[in-house]
Amino acid sequence: MTPSDRDATGLLTRPDDFVQLVTPTGERHANAEFDPWIADIDLGALGRLYRDMAIVRRIDTEATALQRQGELGLWPPLAGQEAAQIGSGRALRDDDFIFSSYREHALAWVRGVAPADLLSVWRGSTASGWNPFEHGMAVPQIIIGAQTLHATGYAMGAAWEGSDAAAIAYFGDGATSEGDVNEALVFAASFDAPVVFFCQNNQWAISEPVGLQSKQHLARRADGFGMPGVRVDGNDVLAVLAATRIALDRARRGEGPTFIEAVTYRMGPHTTADDPKRYRTDEELAEWRERDPLARVLALLEASGVDVAGLEREVGADADRAAAELRAALTTIADPEALTVFDHVYAEPNSHVERQRDHYTRYLAMFDETGAAASETAEGGAR
Amino acid sequence: MTTLTLAKALNAGLRRSLADDDKVVLMGEDIGTLGGVFRVTDGLKAEFGAKRVVDTPLSEAGIVGTAVGLAYRGFRPVIEIQFDGFIYPAFDQIVAQVAKLHYRSHGNVRMPITIRVPFGGGIGAAEHHSESPEAYFAHTAGLRVVACSNPADAYVMIRQAIASDDPVLFFEPKRRYHVKGEVDETANLADARPMGVATTVTTGSDVTLVTYGGLVPTARDVATAAAEDGVSIEVIDLRSLAPVDYATIEASVRRTGRLVITHEAGQQGGVGAEIAASITERCFEFLEAAPVRVTGHDIPYPPAKLERHHLPDLDRILDGVDRVLGRPNSLSGVEA
Repeated sequence: MTPSDRDATGLLTRPDDFVQLVTPTGERHANAEFDPWIADIDLGALGRLYRDMAIVRRIDTEATALQRQGELGLWPPLAGQEAAQIGSGRALRDDDFIFSSYREHALAWVRGVAPADLLSVWRGSTASGWNPFEHGMAVPQIIIGAQTLHATGYAMGAAWEGSDAAAIAYFGDGATSEGDVNEALVFAASFDAPVVFFCQNNQWAISEPVGLQSKQHLARRADGFGMPGVRVDGNDVLAVLAATRIALDRARRGEGPTFIEAVTYRMGPHTTADDPKRYRTDEELAEWRERDPLARVLALLEASGVDVAGLEREVGADADRAAAELRAALTTIADPEALTVFDHVYAEPNSHVERQRDHYTRYLAMFDETGAAASETAEGGAR
Repeated sequence: MTTLTLAKALNAGLRRSLADDDKVVLMGEDIGTLGGVFRVTDGLKAEFGAKRVVDTPLSEAGIVGTAVGLAYRGFRPVIEIQFDGFIYPAFDQIVAQVAKLHYRSHGNVRMPITIRVPFGGGIGAAEHHSESPEAYFAHTAGLRVVACSNPADAYVMIRQAIASDDPVLFFEPKRRYHVKGEVDETANLADARPMGVATTVTTGSDVTLVTYGGLVPTARDVATAAAEDGVSIEVIDLRSLAPVDYATIEASVRRTGRLVITHEAGQQGGVGAEIAASITERCFEFLEAAPVRVTGHDIPYPPAKLERHHLPDLDRILDGVDRVLGRPNSLSGVEA
């Protein structure tokens, strides 16, 4: 090891210290272990992966714009992490369950979440955009790392039922310092839970570099928990797809959990409320721009003789359409009715919530004429 | 009818729930092979197997967090937190996940999770083994909080908690685990008193004495002692701390005009504070005296040899009764 193996934050980094099947310039590296797992990915399939990534990038750009225009309260951009999310998402079977954090919009895309349902939470209209059981994807988690335990418990239950479905937990480099994540790794290993821990190491937890979370590659932690850890180029959609397929296969065969560290980069801010210029350099951003997950796929396709200009035109039109649908969907998101604030606190009738709902109903009724009259006659009951 | 200790009644209730619904799974530290440090789950692993009665790693957040995932999958996890003071590592998963997922998911995701907590002092234990953390959870929307006080209730209420589609913090008075009582194991759950309804333990006309968990037998002794002194006390066993059955308390206070609330937990922000405030709001004009709380002090739980100076007992509660009656008491000449 030389001093140059450590970056400015003290983290051990060797650029080649991960599995990479496609270089940033689009060269395809052979890999005896990984290649068999993506043997089915012909040029057509690779083009479809490119299409997924291009569309989610466009959706992400549009949502960021919608936030800037005041239509959304907040948006956590995924820009830069398209390959990590699409590569892993396209490895999943429909009956595998996703437990994500708040940045996995590409997973929602993979699972067919409607545009309005993707935006409603960020518009502040709902607490969750979709029914988890309709899309096999849990309500995105905001508490850092909490969902890794949920994925583990879900996987334990699936295995107890004799199913070969798996769960996958998405979390970031920052989350690996949370107790929940470490406890999830313990539980998953002890119970051989069919769960994939998919860590998107995007280098930054808001302003904190990954070197503050770990002095070692995150994937190497897996060994201490008793499970395989694999470090892949998270900007290489083929490497991610293969790694996730390998992990899911292990899970389905009852061999337990796998930890995947997908090395990627958050090209944008943590959220639209963040200003990354305060903590990272333009040079760093430029370096990662050279490792763009979409550009390398285009380069590989071009080198393989595909009409890339045609593909870009076609996919660009699809992406523009997706963006237009997203913008149009905004108008379909209704502001919630006042009294729905009391809905679903409990599954069963609850006297305390019902009393507060009743009181607030009477209070609101004072502000409209008919309601005011009703309120007067009901005054005794309101006290 | 069978005579069972409170611990055995819980054991019987858990066995019945495991037998009735194969989605019920028990999880906790030492609950399997050992049968729990209080033996509440004794024999259940042998009967139902290691996938129904699960010894977990020593990780309270892990237990509750994986239970959330199991609930997503359709299970009904029943968790044992070994001691009250060990629940705090799981606080985030309970408060931020278990309590809120039904609301967050617009009712799509149910969290039928029961979290059993042996609570309270009086057993001469070390630090962290005698606490009463119920108010933290009663303050949290989305959770139901109950406390049993006798074997018959324990048997029924644990089954009701497990059958509930809402998450339930189930507090068990550990100093009463060995108290015996009659349990009707043939009773139909549908006919049982709902978990959210309080029980009037003794009827009386002068003072309403509200409590729950381990202090219910003490309150009954208070009523007996007061009766010898010509004071008629109505003891109410709350059973449910969230929501509180105000209808029962209010009806009693409208007759007695006096309210004393007692619990082991500290006074500040406690269950008693909420009940005193709510009853004052609801039937102020019926009160003959300000409600009085007799509680543990607002101190960390003290060493075993000091706990008798912390826990409300018969005499301290009687002193509270004297306060609402305007009789000579510890604060005579101090409070108006």
